[in-house]
Amino acid sequence: MNQFKDAGHLFRFAGLFVLAFLVFLVVRHFVVPKSFGEYGHYRGAAIGEIAALPIHYAGHQACESCHSDVADLKSHGKHAHVNCEACHGALEKHAEDPTSVTPKLPDTAVLCARCHTATAAKPKGFPQVDPEQHSSGVPCQTCHQPHSPAVDAGGAK
Amino acid sequence: MNISRRHFLILMPAAAVAWESVLAGTPEQAPNYKMSDHWWGMLVDISKCIGCGNCVRACQAENNVPDGHFRTWVERYHVDDYHLENPQVISPDGGKEGFPSVAEDPNGKFFYVPKLCNQCADSPCTQVCPVGATFVAPDGAVLIDQAYCLGCAYCVQACPYGCRYIHPEKKVADKCTLCYHRITKGLTTACCENCPTGARQLADLKNPKDPIHEFLRTHNVQVLKPQMATGAKVFYNDLDGSVR
Repeated sequence: MNQFKDAGHLFRFAGLFVLAFLVFLVVRHFVVPKSFGEYGHYRGAAIGEIAALPIHYAGHQACESCHSDVADLKSHGKHAHVNCEACHGALEKHAEDPTSVTPKLPDTAVLCARCHTATAAKPKGFPQVDPEQHSSGVPCQTCHQPHSPAVDAGGAK
Repeated sequence: MNISRRHFLILMPAAAVAWESVLAGTPEQAPNYKMSDHWWGMLVDISKCIGCGNCVRACQAENNVPDGHFRTWVERYHVDDYHLENPQVISPDGGKEGFPSVAEDPNGKFFYVPKLCNQCADSPCTQVCPVGATFVAPDGAVLIDQAYCLGCAYCVQACPYGCRYIHPEKKVADKCTLCYHRITKGLTTACCENCPTGARQLADLKNPKDPIHEFLRTHNVQVLKPQMATGAKVFYNDLDGSVR
């Protein structure tokens, strides 16, 4: 025991060190989220939280399950690959509750011009017109049915 | 009850089959999303983009992106004939309401470049986060845990593509999640859903039936800033060399 005669202060210090380590472990247990480290150095539960956020655009499959007539008309025209909500806007609420939430009819003067106004910056093959010259104010749907826009496909519906 | 040897031999396999189904448990009612089955990216076809801004508007509506901030935006490049090295790039309000018209017979070439988070596999932004609030999920989507984010903005500086911003109300980092809440439900992203020309396509690089593989084989496809070795998974077709 002789060699530990003057070592008391060292044991007290070691004791403090062990105590601090235990406190660290206890605090860590309560502070670190349960799912931290599940997949990597982050909170695994965050993935599920982000995936659970609500959607606003229902997707064209949802539209087509009811509006099969429009889907059929559209599938034969130039707009076959333009999805419904690209023009009609976000309609998840309408898909959830079709009776009380009804979408507004889009304004073709704004809508058609957005894609089809001529500018040299657009790809060459894309159909473009100068709205002023092309129709001088006559609404687009007078000649073009938006769901199948070729002129011989008929006028407004 | 007396069981003859004949009956015993018939019952044994039946019991084994029954026990198998007990061990397997009740089968899943719905096919669950499995992260290990996917590796998400996107294909952007420059030659199809008309700069209508539908993607930008759709993204804002889908993800409640505050005005003046963008998870995706569209840039218009003008590479004129004499300054090939220094293209003029504009993106008025992210291209949300379209672009100003150009002269009838312009000098040089114009094209639109939609931009978004490149969902890098070796992303610089996740490496600098001091608290583990941003990460590459097991399915390749780069996400932000906004409950854990401090808002220090290291990641905003680290992103070589300028895709991150500090949300003005939440005071935490925000960016494109590749519509993670949609793709995990079997839908495509809001921007891809609303692109009228199909210039944007969601791609699952782990799905052997995804048309992305055939496209990558047959087209000249690039990523942005390949010299940064970020492992970007947003592939651009027909990308001009002047795009930065």
